[in-house]
Amino acid sequence: MTVRLSRRHVAGLLSASTALGMIGLPLRRAWAAETITVLNWQGYGTDEKWALQAFTKATGIAVQHDYYSSEPEMITKLRTNPGAYDVAVVNSARTQQLQAEDLLMPLDLSRIPNAVGLTPALRDNPNIHIDGKAYGCAWVWGYNAIAYRQPGIQTPDSYKIFQDPAYEGRLALLDDATNSVAIGALLTAQDMNDPKDLTAVSEQLKAMKKNLKLLWSSEDQWNKGFEAKAFDLAVYWSGASVRSRRTYKLPLGFTAPKEGAIGWFDTLGVPSSSTKAEAALAFVNYMIDPAFYVEWATKVGAPASANGSAMEKLPADDLNRTTHDPALFKSMQFMGPLPDERRQAFADLWEETKAFYAR
Amino acid sequence: MQGELAGGGLRQARSGRSLKRAMPVWVGTLALLLPTYLWLTLAIFLPLLGMLVFSFLTKAPFGNAKPAFTFDQYLAFVRQPYLIDVAWTSLRLALVTTGLCMILGLAAAMALKQAASGRARTILFMLIILPFWTNGLIRIFSWTMVLREGGFIDMVIRAFWPGAPSIGLLYSEPAIIIGLVHGYLPYMILTCFISLLAIDDDLIDAARSLGARNYVIFGKIILPLALPGLISGAVLTFVPVIGCFMEPRILGGRVGVTMGTVIEDQFTSAFNWPRGAAFSFSMLALVLVVFALFSSVLRQGGIAREDG
Repeated sequence: MTVRLSRRHVAGLLSASTALGMIGLPLRRAWAAETITVLNWQGYGTDEKWALQAFTKATGIAVQHDYYSSEPEMITKLRTNPGAYDVAVVNSARTQQLQAEDLLMPLDLSRIPNAVGLTPALRDNPNIHIDGKAYGCAWVWGYNAIAYRQPGIQTPDSYKIFQDPAYEGRLALLDDATNSVAIGALLTAQDMNDPKDLTAVSEQLKAMKKNLKLLWSSEDQWNKGFEAKAFDLAVYWSGASVRSRRTYKLPLGFTAPKEGAIGWFDTLGVPSSSTKAEAALAFVNYMIDPAFYVEWATKVGAPASANGSAMEKLPADDLNRTTHDPALFKSMQFMGPLPDERRQAFADLWEETKAFYAR
Repeated sequence: MQGELAGGGLRQARSGRSLKRAMPVWVGTLALLLPTYLWLTLAIFLPLLGMLVFSFLTKAPFGNAKPAFTFDQYLAFVRQPYLIDVAWTSLRLALVTTGLCMILGLAAAMALKQAASGRARTILFMLIILPFWTNGLIRIFSWTMVLREGGFIDMVIRAFWPGAPSIGLLYSEPAIIIGLVHGYLPYMILTCFISLLAIDDDLIDAARSLGARNYVIFGKIILPLALPGLISGAVLTFVPVIGCFMEPRILGGRVGVTMGTVIEDQFTSAFNWPRGAAFSFSMLALVLVVFALFSSVLRQGGIAREDG
């Protein structure tokens, strides 16, 4: 409702300014001076300075940021600050929840020129499609798997290595209920988005107690801990593993075990309360532009682009490209939406497991 | 010094009388208190009241969620008995931290008082206040550099004993306690120091001239008279420490699970504000119970002071 109104509003403004422009009044700058606000994790692509400069130069749209440090915080911000954001980076597992609360507007992908290159499995993923409408544009993807110190540890082929007594006090797990439950579920051959036997999941996680050194929650914490040799074995994010190896030269290997990697993909969504949908779509289009992606991935290090044609522009031996091998992508399970009760059950399980670890 | 104080008191009393003629004293009192109470009402009582309401709801009333009234959130301690262990960890951390702060704080305050020269005292004071000028998070992160394997402590030890095994305190309970004591010690020093300043040196001289040994002077004069400072310092330390979450998270690693981190998780990752609120009020109840248990001790402290 508000969306359509605002679009009409923007269109009206545009035609009015064109008309005024014809009779010589310089009102064109009114649109050019537009500023959009992006809600994202800090240091996650959208706030690269060089990219924003290029985007503003090309479109006249200025970009400012607000950050979240957890997905619930992102949801809280969208709920409590209507109208404040024009683009939000949304984990596809959260899209249905946000849509159910009317926090996202449906996107017409035909108005995003670069969307033609999107990998169909991501573009058409059921996570982000509700009643045939896309509530987000697939942006980047990656997976959580095992990072291990090199040399010293042979490439692990199973999450079982997390319980191997040879690595006592050498393991770091991600402090995240969904991810931990997924590992327990994969170890017991269950659906990671809906494991029926949570007791078995909990037992698998508790068996890692002796090995567990710390629970990490940020990439920076991971890098510092690994560098200080606080742990040798860990759950890690694929994109971050590329950055750690390339930028920080950390001696780590990264592999998806036979139980399967824990896949995720992030989308660029437009909050339903945004009044600048046109400018927001322009920004979304820029974010999936292969030229931007190649620069982001090679200069800084990035997760894999959802735009297949962008991935193909990377050199064949590029660490990011080899880590995000499309072969792996075909068989990967993606983290899906969780109903409130299940999310709470996962959270309770993880909280109880953490208390067990601390004892 | 004493004469000056007395004179100041007299002057105040006199000006108080002249004010009284112009308008009732309570008007002035009210005018002075109003901003504080207004601020407390807006900044503390209202949000706290909101949280209290939240703690009786099934879900946080955001978006289009339809919360209902429930007492369920408070039953978590019954349903999830591991929380009792967690609460015990928090209580233990708070007691140990407060105890250590009391010992170290009183010692430091006594040293500070004995540093008679004004300049030495100022410098010592500055050194105590200095940590307050930096952000708490930065202080905790600097501890990770000191405590970690191959960190500052290990480097110093290895300078004297090459090949020494690593102390590697990081990610352990002692690491959390070190961080907490460092964070809250200044409060204890300041409150103890103020109490000690009020002790008349003549009392100590009199005791000494009557042949009292140092430990008797400490036990019979200094400690009872410093008790109000120790107690207010203990309250200032105990209450925040029992709810701490930053120190356990960053310094505790695997063992860093406290009620503070559980509550934080409820708000930031489980997104269950009502349960987080219920936990918070349960902790508040625990704090009140602890104070009730200690209140007899506090009252005795008061009597000892009157006797003294």
